[in-house]
Amino acid sequence: MGHSRLIELWVGLFVAAGMAALFMLAMQVSNLSNNISGDTYAITAAFENIGGLKVRSPVTVSGVRVGRVDAIDYDTRAYEAVVTLSIDARYDSFPEDTSASIFTSGLLGEQYIALEPGGSETNLVEGDRVQLTQSALVIEQMVGQFLYNQAGKQQE
Amino acid sequence: MILDPLQQLGRKGLAFFGRLGRAHLFLMQTLTGVPGLLLRPGLVIRQLYSVGVLTLLIILVSGLFVGMVLGLQGYNTLVDFGAEESLGVVVALSLVRELGPVVSALLFAGRAGSALTAEIGLMKATEQLSGMEMMAVDPMRRIVAPRFVAGFLSMPLLAAIFSIVGVYGGYFVGVGLLGIDDGAFWSQMQAKVDLSDDVYNGVIKSFVFGFVAVWIAVFEGYDTVPTSEGVSRATTRTVVHTALAVLGLDFVLTALMFGD
Repeated sequence: MGHSRLIELWVGLFVAAGMAALFMLAMQVSNLSNNISGDTYAITAAFENIGGLKVRSPVTVSGVRVGRVDAIDYDTRAYEAVVTLSIDARYDSFPEDTSASIFTSGLLGEQYIALEPGGSETNLVEGDRVQLTQSALVIEQMVGQFLYNQAGKQQE
Repeated sequence: MILDPLQQLGRKGLAFFGRLGRAHLFLMQTLTGVPGLLLRPGLVIRQLYSVGVLTLLIILVSGLFVGMVLGLQGYNTLVDFGAEESLGVVVALSLVRELGPVVSALLFAGRAGSALTAEIGLMKATEQLSGMEMMAVDPMRRIVAPRFVAGFLSMPLLAAIFSIVGVYGGYFVGVGLLGIDDGAFWSQMQAKVDLSDDVYNGVIKSFVFGFVAVWIAVFEGYDTVPTSEGVSRATTRTVVHTALAVLGLDFVLTALMFGD
Protein backbone atom coordinates (compact mmCIF):
# COMPACT_ATOMS: atom_id res chain seq x y z
CA MET A 1 0.00 0.00 0.00
CA GLY A 2 2.94 2.30 0.67
CA HIS A 3 3.81 2.49 -3.00
CA SER A 4 0.38 3.62 -4.11
CA ARG A 5 0.29 6.24 -1.31
CA LEU A 6 3.54 7.61 -2.67
CA ILE A 7 2.07 7.78 -6.18
CA GLU A 8 -0.96 9.62 -4.90
CA LEU A 9 1.30 12.06 -3.08
CA TRP A 10 3.34 12.76 -6.21
CA VAL A 11 0.26 13.21 -8.36
CA GLY A 12 -1.14 15.58 -5.77
CA LEU A 13 2.08 17.60 -5.80
CA PHE A 14 2.08 17.63 -9.61
CA VAL A 15 -1.50 18.87 -9.87
CA ALA A 16 -0.89 21.46 -7.17
CA ALA A 17 2.24 22.70 -8.97
CA GLY A 18 0.33 22.93 -12.24
CA MET A 19 -2.50 24.85 -10.64
CA ALA A 20 -0.04 27.14 -8.88
CA ALA A 21 1.68 27.80 -12.22
CA LEU A 22 -1.64 28.69 -13.85
CA PHE A 23 -2.49 30.92 -10.93
CA MET A 24 0.86 32.67 -11.15
CA LEU A 25 0.49 33.13 -14.90
CA ALA A 26 -2.81 34.83 -14.19
CA MET A 27 -1.66 36.96 -11.27
CA GLN A 28 2.00 37.64 -11.84
CA VAL A 29 2.39 37.62 -15.61
CA SER A 30 -0.90 38.92 -16.95
CA ASN A 31 -2.82 42.13 -16.42
CA LEU A 32 -5.38 40.64 -14.06
CA SER A 33 -3.99 42.44 -11.04
CA ASN A 34 -4.17 45.91 -12.57
CA ASN A 35 -7.52 45.46 -14.23
CA ILE A 36 -10.05 47.91 -12.94
CA SER A 37 -12.89 45.83 -11.64
CA GLY A 38 -16.03 46.78 -9.86
CA ASP A 39 -18.01 49.95 -10.38
CA THR A 40 -17.19 52.29 -13.22
CA TYR A 41 -18.96 55.16 -14.89
CA ALA A 42 -18.73 56.12 -18.55
CA ILE A 43 -17.97 59.50 -20.02
CA THR A 44 -17.30 60.33 -23.65
CA ALA A 45 -14.86 62.61 -25.39
CA ALA A 46 -14.68 63.62 -29.06
CA PHE A 47 -11.31 63.93 -30.76
CA GLU A 48 -10.39 65.12 -34.23
CA ASN A 49 -7.73 62.45 -34.44
CA ILE A 50 -7.07 59.66 -31.98
CA GLY A 51 -3.80 58.46 -33.54
CA GLY A 52 -3.02 54.96 -32.34
CA LEU A 53 -5.39 54.89 -29.37
CA LYS A 54 -6.95 51.48 -28.79
CA VAL A 55 -9.72 49.95 -26.76
CA ARG A 56 -8.32 49.14 -23.27
CA SER A 57 -5.77 51.94 -23.46
CA PRO A 58 -5.26 53.54 -20.05
CA VAL A 59 -6.87 56.77 -18.85
CA THR A 60 -4.73 58.67 -16.38
CA VAL A 61 -4.89 61.76 -14.20
CA SER A 62 -1.55 63.16 -13.03
CA GLY A 63 -0.05 59.91 -14.24
CA VAL A 64 -2.33 57.79 -12.06
CA ARG A 65 -4.39 55.21 -13.87
CA VAL A 66 -8.07 55.87 -13.18
CA GLY A 67 -9.80 54.00 -16.00
CA ARG A 68 -9.55 52.68 -19.52
CA VAL A 69 -10.89 53.26 -23.00
CA ASP A 70 -14.06 51.25 -23.38
CA ALA A 71 -15.11 51.93 -26.96
CA ILE A 72 -14.07 53.96 -29.98
CA ASP A 73 -16.64 55.11 -32.53
CA TYR A 74 -16.73 57.55 -35.41
CA ASP A 75 -19.38 60.27 -35.54
CA THR A 76 -20.29 60.68 -39.21
CA ARG A 77 -22.10 63.99 -38.60
CA ALA A 78 -19.36 65.81 -36.74
CA TYR A 79 -16.50 63.98 -38.47
CA GLU A 80 -14.93 63.18 -35.14
CA ALA A 81 -13.85 60.13 -33.25
CA VAL A 82 -15.94 59.52 -30.13
CA VAL A 83 -14.11 57.71 -27.36
CA THR A 84 -15.98 56.20 -24.42
CA LEU A 85 -13.95 56.15 -21.22
CA SER A 86 -14.91 54.00 -18.28
CA ILE A 87 -13.63 55.57 -15.09
CA ASP A 88 -13.32 53.81 -11.76
CA ALA A 89 -16.21 54.91 -9.55
CA ARG A 90 -13.76 55.77 -6.78
CA TYR A 91 -12.65 58.78 -8.82
CA ASP A 92 -15.97 60.55 -9.19
CA SER A 93 -15.05 64.19 -8.69
CA PHE A 94 -13.76 65.51 -12.01
CA PRO A 95 -15.00 69.04 -12.76
CA GLU A 96 -17.16 69.59 -15.83
CA ASP A 97 -14.44 71.53 -17.62
CA THR A 98 -11.90 68.73 -17.34
CA SER A 99 -9.85 68.44 -20.51
CA ALA A 100 -8.73 65.22 -22.20
CA SER A 101 -5.57 64.86 -24.27
CA ILE A 102 -4.06 61.92 -26.08
CA PHE A 103 -0.41 61.45 -25.23
CA THR A 104 2.21 58.86 -26.06
CA SER A 105 4.19 57.16 -23.32
CA GLY A 106 7.77 57.42 -24.50
CA LEU A 107 8.84 58.04 -28.07
CA LEU A 108 7.37 54.86 -29.54
CA GLY A 109 5.21 53.72 -26.64
CA GLU A 110 1.49 53.15 -26.51
CA GLN A 111 -0.96 56.03 -26.47
CA TYR A 112 -3.15 56.91 -23.52
CA ILE A 113 -5.65 59.56 -22.51
CA ALA A 114 -4.63 62.07 -19.88
CA LEU A 115 -7.36 63.99 -18.06
CA GLU A 116 -6.62 67.39 -16.61
CA PRO A 117 -9.17 68.66 -14.05
CA GLY A 118 -10.53 72.16 -14.52
CA GLY A 119 -12.04 74.54 -11.98
CA SER A 120 -15.78 74.08 -12.32
CA GLU A 121 -18.02 73.45 -9.31
CA THR A 122 -20.11 70.70 -10.89
CA ASN A 123 -18.65 67.28 -11.60
CA LEU A 124 -18.77 65.00 -14.61
CA VAL A 125 -21.33 62.20 -14.23
CA GLU A 126 -22.28 59.11 -16.20
CA GLY A 127 -22.91 59.91 -19.87
CA ASP A 128 -21.35 63.37 -19.86
CA ARG A 129 -19.08 64.53 -22.65
CA VAL A 130 -15.67 66.08 -22.06
CA GLN A 131 -15.72 69.37 -23.97
CA LEU A 132 -12.05 70.30 -24.09
CA THR A 133 -10.02 67.77 -26.01
CA GLN A 134 -6.62 67.70 -27.61
CA SER A 135 -5.96 65.28 -30.43
CA ALA A 136 -3.08 62.89 -30.69
CA LEU A 137 0.12 64.24 -32.16
CA VAL A 138 0.78 62.44 -35.41
CA ILE A 139 4.49 62.30 -36.03
CA GLU A 140 4.15 62.50 -39.82
CA GLN A 141 2.19 65.75 -39.52
CA MET A 142 4.75 67.22 -37.15
CA VAL A 143 7.63 66.30 -39.43
CA GLY A 144 5.73 67.76 -42.38
CA GLN A 145 5.08 71.04 -40.56
CA PHE A 146 8.67 71.22 -39.44
CA LEU A 147 9.99 70.77 -42.98
CA TYR A 148 7.47 73.31 -44.29
CA ASN A 149 8.60 75.89 -41.70
CA GLN A 150 12.25 75.26 -42.49
CA ALA A 151 11.62 75.75 -46.21
CA GLY A 152 9.75 78.99 -45.44
CA LYS A 153 12.65 80.34 -43.36
CA GLN A 154 15.21 79.64 -46.06
CA GLN A 155 13.24 81.59 -48.64
CA GLU A 156 13.04 84.71 -46.45
CA MET B 1 3.63 -4.16 -64.85
CA ILE B 2 2.53 -0.63 -65.70
CA LEU B 3 -0.27 -0.85 -63.18
CA ASP B 4 2.08 -1.62 -60.31
CA PRO B 5 2.76 1.96 -59.17
CA LEU B 6 -0.93 2.78 -59.51
CA GLN B 7 -1.86 -0.26 -57.47
CA GLN B 8 0.65 0.72 -54.86
CA LEU B 9 -0.76 4.22 -54.71
CA GLY B 10 -4.27 2.90 -54.35
CA ARG B 11 -3.23 0.50 -51.63
CA LYS B 12 -1.47 3.28 -49.73
CA GLY B 13 -4.48 5.55 -50.10
CA LEU B 14 -6.85 2.86 -48.84
CA ALA B 15 -4.53 2.08 -45.94
CA PHE B 16 -4.31 5.77 -45.04
CA PHE B 17 -8.05 6.34 -45.03
CA GLY B 18 -8.62 3.06 -43.25
CA ARG B 19 -6.26 4.13 -40.48
CA LEU B 20 -7.86 7.57 -40.30
CA GLY B 21 -11.29 5.99 -39.91
CA ARG B 22 -10.03 3.51 -37.32
CA ALA B 23 -8.42 6.33 -35.38
CA HIS B 24 -11.71 8.20 -35.13
CA LEU B 25 -13.78 5.14 -34.27
CA PHE B 26 -11.16 4.35 -31.65
CA LEU B 27 -11.52 7.87 -30.25
CA MET B 28 -15.29 7.44 -29.98
CA GLN B 29 -14.86 4.12 -28.15
CA THR B 30 -12.33 5.69 -25.81
CA LEU B 31 -14.58 8.62 -25.01
CA THR B 32 -17.49 6.32 -24.16
CA GLY B 33 -15.19 4.61 -21.65
CA VAL B 34 -14.33 7.90 -19.95
CA PRO B 35 -17.45 8.43 -17.75
CA GLY B 36 -16.97 5.03 -16.12
CA LEU B 37 -13.64 6.24 -14.77
CA LEU B 38 -15.43 8.44 -12.25
CA LEU B 39 -16.08 5.26 -10.29
CA ARG B 40 -12.43 4.20 -10.42
CA PRO B 41 -10.29 7.33 -10.02
CA GLY B 42 -7.36 5.21 -8.87
CA LEU B 43 -6.72 4.10 -12.45
CA VAL B 44 -6.39 7.69 -13.61
CA ILE B 45 -4.19 8.69 -10.68
CA ARG B 46 -1.75 5.89 -11.46
CA GLN B 47 -1.54 7.09 -15.06
CA LEU B 48 -1.25 10.72 -14.01
CA TYR B 49 1.86 9.62 -12.19
CA SER B 50 3.49 7.91 -15.15
CA VAL B 51 2.31 10.44 -17.75
CA GLY B 52 2.46 13.68 -15.78
CA VAL B 53 4.79 13.42 -12.82
CA LEU B 54 7.52 11.56 -14.68
CA THR B 55 7.43 14.19 -17.47
CA LEU B 56 7.81 16.96 -14.93
CA LEU B 57 11.60 16.90 -14.76
CA ILE B 58 12.22 17.37 -18.48
CA ILE B 59 9.56 20.09 -18.56
CA LEU B 60 11.16 21.97 -15.67
CA VAL B 61 14.68 21.82 -17.07
CA SER B 62 13.75 22.67 -20.65
CA GLY B 63 11.40 25.44 -19.53
CA LEU B 64 14.18 27.03 -17.53
CA PHE B 65 16.66 26.91 -20.39
CA VAL B 66 14.18 28.06 -23.03
CA GLY B 67 13.33 31.04 -20.84
CA MET B 68 17.00 31.82 -20.29
CA VAL B 69 17.73 31.67 -24.03
CA LEU B 70 14.74 33.91 -24.73
CA GLY B 71 16.09 36.34 -22.15
CA LEU B 72 19.54 36.44 -23.75
CA GLN B 73 18.36 36.67 -27.36
CA GLY B 74 15.62 39.15 -26.56
CA TYR B 75 18.06 41.34 -24.68
CA ASN B 76 20.56 41.37 -27.55
CA THR B 77 17.85 42.48 -29.98
CA LEU B 78 16.09 44.96 -27.74
CA VAL B 79 19.17 46.69 -26.39
CA ASP B 80 19.83 48.16 -29.85
CA PHE B 81 16.57 50.08 -29.61
CA GLY B 82 17.02 51.05 -25.99
CA ALA B 83 13.95 48.96 -25.24
CA GLU B 84 15.53 46.28 -23.05
CA GLU B 85 12.90 47.03 -20.39
CA SER B 86 10.41 45.25 -22.67
CA LEU B 87 12.28 41.97 -22.21
CA GLY B 88 9.61 40.78 -19.77
CA VAL B 89 6.94 41.24 -22.42
CA VAL B 90 8.95 39.39 -25.05
CA VAL B 91 9.71 36.45 -22.79
CA ALA B 92 6.23 36.16 -21.31
CA LEU B 93 4.29 36.54 -24.55
CA SER B 94 6.38 34.09 -26.52
CA LEU B 95 6.19 31.54 -23.70
CA VAL B 96 2.53 31.89 -22.85
CA ARG B 97 1.25 32.07 -26.41
CA GLU B 98 3.51 29.70 -28.30
CA LEU B 99 6.50 28.04 -26.73
CA GLY B 100 4.80 26.87 -23.55
CA PRO B 101 2.06 24.84 -25.24
CA VAL B 102 4.08 23.76 -28.29
CA VAL B 103 7.41 22.79 -26.75
CA SER B 104 5.79 21.02 -23.82
CA ALA B 105 3.59 19.10 -26.27
CA LEU B 106 6.69 18.04 -28.21
CA LEU B 107 8.45 17.03 -25.02
CA PHE B 108 5.30 15.27 -23.88
CA ALA B 109 5.24 13.27 -27.12
CA GLY B 110 8.87 12.29 -26.67
CA ARG B 111 8.67 11.39 -22.99
CA ALA B 112 5.11 10.25 -22.30
CA GLY B 113 3.58 9.59 -25.73
CA SER B 114 6.26 7.15 -26.83
CA ALA B 115 6.05 5.36 -23.48
CA LEU B 116 2.27 5.02 -23.80
CA THR B 117 2.55 3.62 -27.31
CA ALA B 118 5.25 1.16 -26.35
CA GLU B 119 3.33 0.04 -23.26
CA ILE B 120 0.02 -0.55 -25.03
CA GLY B 121 1.77 -1.96 -28.10
CA LEU B 122 3.65 -4.49 -25.99
CA MET B 123 0.45 -5.42 -24.17
CA LYS B 124 -1.04 -6.16 -27.57
CA ALA B 125 2.05 -8.02 -28.80
CA THR B 126 2.11 -10.21 -25.70
CA GLU B 127 -1.65 -10.73 -26.03
CA GLN B 128 -2.49 -9.20 -22.68
CA LEU B 129 -5.23 -7.17 -24.32
CA SER B 130 -6.93 -10.23 -25.79
CA GLY B 131 -6.42 -11.95 -22.47
CA MET B 132 -8.38 -9.18 -20.81
CA GLU B 133 -11.14 -9.54 -23.35
CA MET B 134 -11.29 -13.24 -22.54
CA MET B 135 -11.85 -12.33 -18.89
CA ALA B 136 -14.64 -9.95 -19.94
CA VAL B 137 -12.56 -6.91 -19.00
CA ASP B 138 -12.87 -4.25 -21.68
CA PRO B 139 -9.31 -3.07 -22.45
CA MET B 140 -10.70 0.19 -23.84
CA ARG B 141 -12.08 1.05 -20.42
CA ARG B 142 -9.41 -0.54 -18.29
CA ILE B 143 -6.26 0.40 -20.26
CA VAL B 144 -6.92 3.06 -22.88
CA ALA B 145 -9.42 5.43 -21.26
CA PRO B 146 -7.42 6.13 -18.05
CA ARG B 147 -4.29 6.88 -20.07
CA PHE B 148 -6.25 9.14 -22.37
CA VAL B 149 -7.78 11.13 -19.52
CA ALA B 150 -4.44 11.39 -17.69
CA GLY B 151 -2.68 12.76 -20.77
CA PHE B 152 -5.46 15.21 -21.53
CA LEU B 153 -5.45 16.54 -17.96
CA SER B 154 -1.71 16.73 -17.43
CA MET B 155 -0.84 18.59 -20.65
CA PRO B 156 -2.23 22.03 -19.60
CA LEU B 157 -0.59 21.68 -16.20
CA LEU B 158 2.75 20.82 -17.80
CA ALA B 159 2.46 23.73 -20.24
CA ALA B 160 1.66 26.16 -17.43
CA ILE B 161 4.62 24.91 -15.40
CA PHE B 162 6.83 25.23 -18.48
CA SER B 163 5.72 28.82 -19.05
CA ILE B 164 6.14 30.00 -15.50
CA VAL B 165 9.54 28.36 -15.11
CA GLY B 166 10.55 29.94 -18.42
CA VAL B 167 9.43 33.38 -17.27
CA TYR B 168 11.59 33.00 -14.18
CA GLY B 169 14.48 31.77 -16.37
CA GLY B 170 14.15 34.94 -18.44
CA TYR B 171 13.90 36.96 -15.24
CA PHE B 172 17.09 35.38 -13.94
CA VAL B 173 19.03 36.21 -17.11
CA GLY B 174 17.49 39.62 -17.71
CA VAL B 175 17.38 41.02 -14.21
CA GLY B 176 19.98 38.90 -12.47
CA LEU B 177 22.73 38.75 -15.06
CA LEU B 178 22.11 41.60 -17.51
CA GLY B 179 20.90 44.19 -15.04
CA ILE B 180 17.45 45.17 -16.32
CA ASP B 181 15.35 47.00 -13.77
CA ASP B 182 13.36 44.55 -11.66
CA GLY B 183 10.19 46.65 -11.51
CA ALA B 184 10.16 47.49 -15.22
CA PHE B 185 10.50 43.81 -16.11
CA TRP B 186 7.34 42.83 -14.24
CA SER B 187 5.26 45.96 -14.78
CA GLN B 188 5.75 46.02 -18.56
CA MET B 189 4.90 42.33 -18.64
CA GLN B 190 1.75 42.84 -16.61
CA ALA B 191 0.73 45.79 -18.77
CA LYS B 192 1.07 43.91 -22.06
CA VAL B 193 0.08 40.30 -21.31
CA ASP B 194 -3.67 39.97 -21.35
CA LEU B 195 -5.34 37.34 -19.20
CA SER B 196 -8.07 36.30 -21.63
CA ASP B 197 -6.27 36.94 -24.92
CA ASP B 198 -2.93 35.42 -24.05
CA VAL B 199 -3.09 33.21 -20.97
CA TYR B 200 -6.48 31.60 -21.61
CA ASN B 201 -5.73 31.05 -25.29
CA GLY B 202 -2.46 29.39 -24.30
CA VAL B 203 -4.34 27.07 -21.96
CA ILE B 204 -6.88 26.25 -24.68
CA LYS B 205 -4.00 25.45 -27.01
CA SER B 206 -2.43 23.08 -24.52
CA PHE B 207 -5.74 21.28 -23.97
CA VAL B 208 -6.02 20.76 -27.73
CA PHE B 209 -2.41 19.61 -28.00
CA GLY B 210 -2.82 17.27 -25.05
CA PHE B 211 -5.93 15.74 -26.62
CA VAL B 212 -4.19 15.19 -29.95
CA ALA B 213 -0.89 13.98 -28.51
CA VAL B 214 -2.43 11.40 -26.21
CA TRP B 215 -4.95 10.31 -28.85
CA ILE B 216 -2.14 9.60 -31.31
CA ALA B 217 -0.08 7.84 -28.64
CA VAL B 218 -2.77 5.44 -27.44
CA PHE B 219 -4.09 4.82 -30.95
CA GLU B 220 -0.66 3.96 -32.33
CA GLY B 221 -0.17 1.58 -29.43
CA TYR B 222 -3.56 -0.06 -29.85
CA ASP B 223 -3.27 -0.28 -33.63
CA THR B 224 0.27 -1.60 -33.69
CA VAL B 225 1.36 -4.65 -35.64
CA PRO B 226 1.87 -7.08 -32.73
CA THR B 227 5.55 -7.78 -33.28
CA SER B 228 8.61 -6.18 -31.75
CA GLU B 229 9.31 -4.44 -35.05
CA GLY B 230 5.72 -3.21 -35.21
CA VAL B 231 5.94 -1.76 -31.70
CA SER B 232 9.16 0.05 -32.48
CA ARG B 233 7.67 1.52 -35.66
CA ALA B 234 4.52 2.56 -33.82
CA THR B 235 6.61 4.34 -31.20
CA THR B 236 8.50 6.25 -33.86
CA ARG B 237 5.27 7.13 -35.62
CA THR B 238 3.81 8.47 -32.39
CA VAL B 239 6.60 10.99 -31.97
CA VAL B 240 6.66 12.03 -35.63
CA HIS B 241 2.92 12.30 -36.07
CA THR B 242 2.43 14.15 -32.80
CA ALA B 243 5.10 16.68 -33.71
CA LEU B 244 3.55 17.26 -37.13
CA ALA B 245 0.01 17.46 -35.77
CA VAL B 246 0.98 19.84 -32.96
CA LEU B 247 2.90 22.21 -35.20
CA GLY B 248 0.20 22.21 -37.87
CA LEU B 249 -2.58 22.71 -35.35
CA ASP B 250 -0.58 25.45 -33.70
CA PHE B 251 -0.61 27.44 -36.91
CA VAL B 252 -4.36 27.01 -37.30
CA LEU B 253 -5.08 27.87 -33.67
CA THR B 254 -2.79 30.90 -33.75
CA ALA B 255 -4.47 32.17 -36.91
CA LEU B 256 -7.88 31.75 -35.25
CA MET B 257 -6.92 33.25 -31.90
CA PHE B 258 -4.54 36.05 -32.73
CA GLY B 259 -5.43 36.52 -36.39
CA ASP B 260 -7.40 39.73 -36.39
